[in-house]
Amino acid sequence: MTRDMSYDAVMARKNEIMKKAVGMDFSKYESGSVAFDYEGMMADTGYTLEDIINIQKQFAIGDTHIIELKNLTALARKCAPAGKGARIFVKDEATNPSGSFKARRAATSIYQAKKMGYKGAISATSGNYGAAVAATCAMAGLKCIVVQECYDSRGIGQPEIVEKARKCEALGAEVVQLTVGPELFYSVLIMLEETGYFNASLYSPYGIAGVETLGYEIAQQFRRDYNTDPDVVVCSNAGGGNLTGTARGLMKAGCKAQIVAASVNLKGLHMASDDQFNKKSFTTSHTGFGMPFATNPDRSDVPRSAARPMRYMDRYVTVNQGEVFYITEALASLEGLEKGPAGNTALAAAFYLAQEMDENQTIVVQETEYTGAGKHIQPQLSFARDNGIEVRLGNPEEEVPGKSIILPEHPRLIRARDVDLNKMRHSLIRNKTEGYDNLTDEDIAFLAAETKTDNAYVLQTLKELR
Amino acid sequence: MSKKNDYVQIHRTVLTPDLRSKNLPEETHTKPLEMWVKGYLQEESANVGDSVTVITRTGRVAQGTLCDEAPHFEHSWGKLIPELLHVGDQVREIVFGGEE
Repeated sequence: MTRDMSYDAVMARKNEIMKKAVGMDFSKYESGSVAFDYEGMMADTGYTLEDIINIQKQFAIGDTHIIELKNLTALARKCAPAGKGARIFVKDEATNPSGSFKARRAATSIYQAKKMGYKGAISATSGNYGAAVAATCAMAGLKCIVVQECYDSRGIGQPEIVEKARKCEALGAEVVQLTVGPELFYSVLIMLEETGYFNASLYSPYGIAGVETLGYEIAQQFRRDYNTDPDVVVCSNAGGGNLTGTARGLMKAGCKAQIVAASVNLKGLHMASDDQFNKKSFTTSHTGFGMPFATNPDRSDVPRSAARPMRYMDRYVTVNQGEVFYITEALASLEGLEKGPAGNTALAAAFYLAQEMDENQTIVVQETEYTGAGKHIQPQLSFARDNGIEVRLGNPEEEVPGKSIILPEHPRLIRARDVDLNKMRHSLIRNKTEGYDNLTDEDIAFLAAETKTDNAYVLQTLKELR
Repeated sequence: MSKKNDYVQIHRTVLTPDLRSKNLPEETHTKPLEMWVKGYLQEESANVGDSVTVITRTGRVAQGTLCDEAPHFEHSWGKLIPELLHVGDQVREIVFGGEE
């Protein structure tokens, strides 16, 4: 029997393929209306936080250092009004196997895949997550396929993504590379069907539960080393899983730090554009993923995404590409820490946010990522220049994504710009209620949780939307 | 020329423009969705441009056009960006040198 492999036919089999490939029946969490049982889905991983800590230990993941960035703090204080300039800390997640916090996200999935008898795992990712899945699969003795959106139609690859391909291959994975386009998902579905492998989705409950240990560790380590909780935790934000997992872990530790999301501003660039694909110097941690995934989390590769950042975010700020490159260079020059730029998005934001805070306060950036050929400020800026992007020193306010990258003339020009969270909450409520006329009380309570507001806020918003 | 079991790269068109998703920007929609895969050549011998079959490292069978007989990576550390030297010097000067 030959199956219909056309785009429409394969996409129509999506739910059936996913059910087999994640080993979870997502339909049991549905209410039939807008609401679904998010916490019920998270609980169904069957693993407690302690279980996950132990699983990650088996993969040599976690317990990464928190480093106080004293010189970067000194630089922030030089730029801040007297008495301002909180102490800046960074959790050195680059020291995890495969070089980023994504190892946490992969470990529980791969542990589960192994336990359920899958022979391999497939992951759709152009980022560090691929390396994380490849590394944990290597440790678990599973086969691994990483599917990347890598090239534009001229066959020119994003250097950062090409490096990720190299790393995945080095860790024993098969790497499948595609040109630009969301139909990557179609190719993944075909491969899942063909191989019977586990879908190591970034957005499954296993993935997000794996990040909870990061937030939990921050609280524990801070209490141990500094006898206090951090005042602010900043998370680089793209698909929202990093922030969601970290915030949930902090909450499980009873830590009430303010949670700030930070993304690189790529306003005006279309993520599915072949022309613009190589005009951006960030392939993740940017608004092109950050905004749509926050306001419509279920656009991911599982029926219900476990990454729901609007539930936890207190503030959302953007920084410009040039500012992140600047802070990455500053981190190397002042702290002796050479890291990949995308992971420093939150650090650029924290550098500015610290200047709004008092000197005795603390702000934690919850990740770093590895750096290497291709994914380092030098090759990325060099690639930008070769692609006709203007790279210069100046005022970052003048940066136009896809046209220029402006390294701040002075660090006091670095800014974190607030995104209107109410506007995003409105978008989320609009997206979630489209096509539903009679909302239940459960729906209203669900939307309040989804937007970190209350029933009155949701009812008022619905009134305004209709 | 490649021989059987040589590790090569193949290329294939997954979707021609007319079969692609409807929700794409024009400049993407007019291009095919293309795929590159590496694996061990199954033919006795083949040259670039030949239609071939490979077995990938996970054991999948994949077909396409042989495009690279010795696939390797060439991404690098890029060319010198003098502005980065300036940034490094500047932050050290401000923190350790006294700005004035």
